[in-house]
Amino acid sequence: MREVAIVAFAQSDQVRHSDEQSEVEMLMPVLHQVKEQTGLNASDIGFTCSGSSDYLAGRAFSFTMALDGVGAWPPISESHVEMDGAWAMYEAWVKILTGEADTALVYSYGKTSPGSVRDVLTRQLDPYYVAPLWPDAVALAALQAQALIDAGETDEPALAGIAARSRDSAADNAHALMKGSVPQGDYVVQPLRKGDCPPISDGAVAVVLAAGDKARELCARPAWIRGMDHRIEAHSLGVRDLTDSPSTRLAAERAGVFERPVDTAELHAPFTSQEVVLRKALKLGDDVNVNPSGGALAANTVMAAGLLRIGEAAARIHRGESDRALAHATSGPCLQQNLVAVLEGDAQ
Amino acid sequence: MSVTKEPVAVVGIGQTKHVAARKDVSIAGLVREAAQRALQDAQLTWADIDAVVIGKAPDFFEGVMMPELYLADALGAVGKPMLRVHTAGSVGGSTALVASKLVASRVHKTVLTLAFEKQSESNAMWGLSLPVPFQQPLLAGAGGFFAPHVRAYMRRTGAPDHIGSLVAYKDRRNALKNPYAHLHEKDITLEKVQASPMLWDPVRYSETCPSSDGACAMILTDREGAARSPQAPAWVHGGAMRSEPTMFAGKDFVSPQAGKDCAADVYQQAGIKDPRREIDLAEIYVPFSWYEPMWLENLGFAEEGEGWKLTEAGVTELDGDLPINPSGGVLSTNPIGASGMIRFAEAALQVRGQAGEHQVDGARKAMGHAYGGGSQFFAMWLVGSEPPQN
Repeated sequence: MREVAIVAFAQSDQVRHSDEQSEVEMLMPVLHQVKEQTGLNASDIGFTCSGSSDYLAGRAFSFTMALDGVGAWPPISESHVEMDGAWAMYEAWVKILTGEADTALVYSYGKTSPGSVRDVLTRQLDPYYVAPLWPDAVALAALQAQALIDAGETDEPALAGIAARSRDSAADNAHALMKGSVPQGDYVVQPLRKGDCPPISDGAVAVVLAAGDKARELCARPAWIRGMDHRIEAHSLGVRDLTDSPSTRLAAERAGVFERPVDTAELHAPFTSQEVVLRKALKLGDDVNVNPSGGALAANTVMAAGLLRIGEAAARIHRGESDRALAHATSGPCLQQNLVAVLEGDAQ
Repeated sequence: MSVTKEPVAVVGIGQTKHVAARKDVSIAGLVREAAQRALQDAQLTWADIDAVVIGKAPDFFEGVMMPELYLADALGAVGKPMLRVHTAGSVGGSTALVASKLVASRVHKTVLTLAFEKQSESNAMWGLSLPVPFQQPLLAGAGGFFAPHVRAYMRRTGAPDHIGSLVAYKDRRNALKNPYAHLHEKDITLEKVQASPMLWDPVRYSETCPSSDGACAMILTDREGAARSPQAPAWVHGGAMRSEPTMFAGKDFVSPQAGKDCAADVYQQAGIKDPRREIDLAEIYVPFSWYEPMWLENLGFAEEGEGWKLTEAGVTELDGDLPINPSGGVLSTNPIGASGMIRFAEAALQVRGQAGEHQVDGARKAMGHAYGGGSQFFAMWLVGSEPPQN
């Protein structure tokens, strides 16, 4: 398999409101940053792929606007997934594996703030049997959290501990939204308290992929993608064991996570309780540095939060702070769909 | 570093009978019907599928956000990778290409790819026309956007007014030979097309695509899978996507550069030097009649300004020298998100010799084409009856 690495990563500040900026205005500086990091121009890049959602933008074909920020002239080889940017990166990785491209620009963005994202996400649910009931994202996550507590897998103090650790870590992350100590507060939906839930944020993220020697040329310490896989589970919550994530485990197996221990894991767990599920599925020990960026509990920009996890993990490898990292992205209610990537740096 | 790609074969094709409203099935029921037909065609089962790649146009068309999450069960994707592509109207083509890369890269061996639209769940015209602050409105759907560019083509080439009606008359007659086509206008005449109401001058009602419910699925596989195929496979000889911005100074809406570049890439991959002579037929995305001559030029089947002459001379008829849209095309069937994949699948059907009544005799190389957005997203592939040589 062809060697492919993440050679650049940039993100906007993840902010509570971005009323004064359009998506493309939010995205452009980030695209410029990764181009500056690598010295690549639009015409040097072999493939471009993005992830975003029309339901956040409130209009059809919303991704066409973002193309203005890319500089798609002369025309570019380009694709888009209506998924988190992590899956856009997967598509770009596959494209490079075919040999049809040596470099790829991957980006995603989301404005979660304009609507009530709790309610917007109900439109993802089975349109005949579930969506008409409008069960919101926090309520579904609370079902999962309660199932974990009932199974003896966690309790409220442990969840509070995850919340505190995540936001403490985010104190060092200039782009995160919710940093430092945040009170757990009242129940939003029992057993999840305010502190167990992610903040609502807007933002953009971009990475650049490159193959082999090109990667070495563009980056002092490339974050090599040793494996990447994603799996989906049944949609109906009633047929799933919400205390487990077999799709994450299978994706991790396929990506080669279990071959050697990782030192870092960036997990896309918007709710504290979901970190419990993921840690179990990924067999992560206490010696693994989980979400040094603060994770989705510090900024949960829908459609970008997964690619942000991958970018944050890659950046740690770029900086020499990690040698082997796991990055995870999720989509759908209660961790229905999961992607796992294994990133490694060359020996220091 | 040179990388050898795995050749990709189409071994299964399935479509639903496209209609205005499939009130008898859910969205899941619709997609499953097409997928099962593709599996049946390939004589494979759900267990043989390694991954699913699904595409559709904007989620507002059904009012379901990221519907692939809900469709995972219906498409046998549980425990498997599932990707959802969205590249506007070109999405059906792009989806097939993304799926083909999974095989070409040897990440997977056998992939189910599917595209659908169930337009009766909402109203596509208004789904496209949500007002966006500080943006030019789309003016009541796609027809309002594209009609001025048709006018520009007519002015530029001097094409006579009746060319559009010839395209519509041909495609609607071709559709009568395709059991899956939506519109079956048995009593269609050229006069009826020309007498139909003017919707967006110069595009008349009968020169406009319908709004359909439908799904199309294909099974793509590697050399090993193709060797086990019970029926002749179609081989992918080339495939490409190109995008350019919606609007910019100097944009040529009549013959966009992205379309030309995309076609050139496909021809280069497939070793095609003279598309008009070497390609036996093309399924191209013609939602409004005049786009046939426009794309004939953009794709290099005709010199600039000459496309309409091929249409007028009957070259693009089913029994012509270069049949265009023997299936009846988008003008006869338009479940938007699926329309691109139907073009790709119909091209594959032809080189497999399985197009039935609308089969083009001796078809060995066929092109599938899709475009979307403001004539800015292009996806194309070229399929052949023989494995690719390079």
